[in-house]
Amino acid sequence: MKDAHVFSHYKEALIGAVMDLAEKHPEVVFLDADLSSCIGSTAFQKAYPERFYNCGIAEANMAGVAAGLSSMGLVPYIHSFGCFASRRDYDQLFISVGYAHQTVHVIGSDPGITAQYNGGTHMPFEDIALFRQIPGFVITEPSDAQSLYDLTLQVHENGAPSYMRLPRKGINFRYKPGEVKLGKGVELADGDDVAIIATGVVMVDAALGAEKILREKGIKATIIDLHTIRPLDTELIEKAAAKCGRVLVCENGRYAGGVGEMIAGHLAAVNPVRMAFVNVGERFGEVGNLKYLAPAFGFTAENIADKAEELARK
Amino acid sequence: MDKTEMEKLKDAAFRIRCSTIREIASFGSGHIGGSMSIVELLSYLYYREMNVDHSNPGKEDRDRLVVSKGHSGPAVYATLASKGFFPEEWLSTLNQGGTRLPSHCDMTKTPGIDFTGGSLGQGFSAAVGIALGQRIRKMSAHTFTIIGDGEAQEGQIWEAAEAAGAWKLDNLFAFLDLNGQQLDGYTKDIIPSVHMPDRWSSFGWDVHVIDGHDFEQIEAAIEDAKRIPGLPHMIVMHTKKSFGYIPGEGIKANHSMTITKEQAEEAIKALAEREGR
Repeated sequence: MKDAHVFSHYKEALIGAVMDLAEKHPEVVFLDADLSSCIGSTAFQKAYPERFYNCGIAEANMAGVAAGLSSMGLVPYIHSFGCFASRRDYDQLFISVGYAHQTVHVIGSDPGITAQYNGGTHMPFEDIALFRQIPGFVITEPSDAQSLYDLTLQVHENGAPSYMRLPRKGINFRYKPGEVKLGKGVELADGDDVAIIATGVVMVDAALGAEKILREKGIKATIIDLHTIRPLDTELIEKAAAKCGRVLVCENGRYAGGVGEMIAGHLAAVNPVRMAFVNVGERFGEVGNLKYLAPAFGFTAENIADKAEELARK
Repeated sequence: MDKTEMEKLKDAAFRIRCSTIREIASFGSGHIGGSMSIVELLSYLYYREMNVDHSNPGKEDRDRLVVSKGHSGPAVYATLASKGFFPEEWLSTLNQGGTRLPSHCDMTKTPGIDFTGGSLGQGFSAAVGIALGQRIRKMSAHTFTIIGDGEAQEGQIWEAAEAAGAWKLDNLFAFLDLNGQQLDGYTKDIIPSVHMPDRWSSFGWDVHVIDGHDFEQIEAAIEDAKRIPGLPHMIVMHTKKSFGYIPGEGIKANHSMTITKEQAEEAIKALAEREGR
């Protein structure tokens, strides 16, 4: 189990994990769509030139080629920005991968507002909803470098096709090697007034900030890092809902088809509780840095704390 | 090819055509046009060319065929059944609930189907991936794939064509079923399939142009292509949609047709007469 402190960006943890897999598994191959230098898959290309293919700016073909490679017993990883990795090749992922029972691991970088300077055209908010429509796809969004590394290995071991929302630039460390398990969310704080379920770096960081603000106001919050979106950790969610009776779901994406709707749908069936949501609503993305975008979209500790407080006092 | 071999192939094509017509008639309707136009090619591939084993359809080092124009499933199934991949009786279950023979080729359902088709353009990319996979795994096997001329209107075809050319996949043999028709009518009236041989050459492919109903030309094209290293191979086949299902020949609306059991037997009789059988 590698310590992710050897990496200095999230993308290095991803490529490091895939290269560690490639060393053990000769069937691992990597395809990129002209974003190799953005994700650092150039390192994979250097180490395994016969197992790396740059498909150019042709995501649909990349997904189809990956499906064909999978049918030959190879295990392809394909990368593009999340908006293109989900939308430009969606029918290919649905039919040639999902419907055809092939295993392809899709890496979609720069989820939601982390696309920053690439702006609204590059800001995937709907990608979770899209992958949720394809039976069998595992969906992850790690919130630190260690869980990113560990989940990449576990998703490979799991064997189902997958989509990872990958933070690309920057790094933080939250977990110890081996601490995070695929499909099992992590309770980062334990309180019984309100449960805040968050996915991804931006939202988990903001939720932890909110927990402090709430604590100062005498509101005790449970904070859950839902790094695996599918399969949903229903056990942990039901436990938190039963304990708090109030659930706030925070995601760097859309409600429709997203994490909040998924959890609401589950709880509606087993234990309806009062819920609230932090997400992008009906907005498209826009250009800017995180300092501008996070408050503009309400993805801050303060906004989450306000929503949680309102929910807790209802 | 000697005369005996030629007769064997012609017999196979005739039997496959009869089975395909009866198969579609057992359901009552189906994609007759694009099934019948590739029967010579299917017969050649399965009876003379491809290294496949009906008793072990998943054999790893086999040659593979991706019928990207997946709606030709009925002809593919008739061919596979004739080679023993599954019982001939399955053919009468086409498109029935619970069948293993769906309208469009499906690798998860039918023994001998190497990749799923149906969403046009996709099988072609998969074929490129399969050919690439054979290379990565250092196999000497070939990948064959069949696309339609209507299908070549899909942008994905040209993304895949570019990639196969760039990667010099000389183990990839593609066939274009240039029958001049698509669901809504003639390609010339919709989006014409202009300059197909030149298009493929300019994408870095070795190109051959043949009559797709002529076994000797199919053989010559494949054998010539095998002698050309470093380029993927495109064999442009001039064909007739519905060729051999005489009621569908030369008409516009022959993509999918209603066929009763009586019509099927009449059509088979007419075909036998035309072929002197």
